[in-house]
Amino acid sequence: MKLKQTASQTVGPYFAYGLTPQQYGYDFRSIFSNRIDGDGERIALSGRVFDGNGEAVNDAMIEIWQADARGQYQGNGFARFGTGTDSQCRFHFDTIRPGSIDNEQAPHICVLVFMRGLLLHNYTRIYFSDEAAANERDPVLNSVPAERRGTLIAERSDTPDGPAYRFDIHMQGERETVFFDV
Amino acid sequence: MAYNRRDREQHPAQIHPDYKSSLLRGPTREPLAIAPLTSELTGPLFNQDMLGEFDSDLTKNGRKNGEPLGERMVVHGRVLDENRNPLPHTLIEIWQANAAGRYIHKLDQHDAPIDPNFLGAGRAVTDADGRYRFYTIKPGAYPWGNHHNAWRPNHIHFSLFGPSIATRLVTQMYFPGDPLLELDPIYQGVPTAARERLVARFDIEATEANFALGYRFDIVLRGAAATPMDQKKGDAKKERVNHEA
Repeated sequence: MKLKQTASQTVGPYFAYGLTPQQYGYDFRSIFSNRIDGDGERIALSGRVFDGNGEAVNDAMIEIWQADARGQYQGNGFARFGTGTDSQCRFHFDTIRPGSIDNEQAPHICVLVFMRGLLLHNYTRIYFSDEAAANERDPVLNSVPAERRGTLIAERSDTPDGPAYRFDIHMQGERETVFFDV
Repeated sequence: MAYNRRDREQHPAQIHPDYKSSLLRGPTREPLAIAPLTSELTGPLFNQDMLGEFDSDLTKNGRKNGEPLGERMVVHGRVLDENRNPLPHTLIEIWQANAAGRYIHKLDQHDAPIDPNFLGAGRAVTDADGRYRFYTIKPGAYPWGNHHNAWRPNHIHFSLFGPSIATRLVTQMYFPGDPLLELDPIYQGVPTAARERLVARFDIEATEANFALGYRFDIVLRGAAATPMDQKKGDAKKERVNHEA
């Protein structure tokens, strides 16, 4: 007989010293940072998480998982950041632009969202505003109702340090981000 | 290869009104089921070399000038998937309050003493049989602001990866016989039939004489979907997993 899945519980308000200790200044080595290394074009990614009142969440933990510049998953494309150390509750990632996957999926970054108040973490994806042609062919984006696709697109701006993308996550409301059952 | 979906009969709902902070934070729309594609079916890789010497011994990894106070425990168990396969090389991260019910976290203002020799965080990587083992101190209960006179039961937070980001799980381990369990909206947010599996069992076999009490906590992550996908390779990428599989 099959075993039953262990239930999810919230990450709670106090994950920082266990999961993101160095970011928050605790005396414990972090296994993960907010940086992903590899060959390819460096990009910055940042954003905020908003609750149903439109207030920025200061105790969320965001994880990202992505392919390398050639669209390959090598086991090292993972990073993690908490929203509690930035005065604007932003998350920041310093990574490489992922390639398209299997020549079929547009370049994207998988996102996992954890916070106090969430009994189950949520999955979403970041697509890039400057990949319009690839986005139009992407099977996942195309499965999202057209009026909600915009919640998955990170907006590009150009900075002296290179391209920066902004991706805000709305837990509720008119702009509620599309979350996936993966 | 695809994983069984998260089983809604085992997991809490996104919004559980008794847990007040879920009201404004849980998504209101159903998550959109997407085909199992490479991105979510892969994940970071782990091995024992990533760990520090005392990462899995919380009685040692926060010491400054002595030993932490409280009841020493061994917490051990296995990580399996739904199909009973052990899951090796899985990172487990834990964090918890100290014996007095105080977190080292800077935002925890509960008026209980900090233990200078206890951090309350640790991690382990499962062995070839999916086994893990931590040494720690039994965490205390603590008050929180959800409702008048609300207290969290004793618990340890667990974070696990499994073989892909789809198998990722964050949960909490509770203790047998805790009278606060029936009053706790976070624990009660779990469907009745699944609750007891969040409660560790006392384990005399793992108890170390004259040293530490043993508790066993086994964890089950999503397993490979039962129906093999026998489509041609090209079609397989577009295959949608059967929601009921």
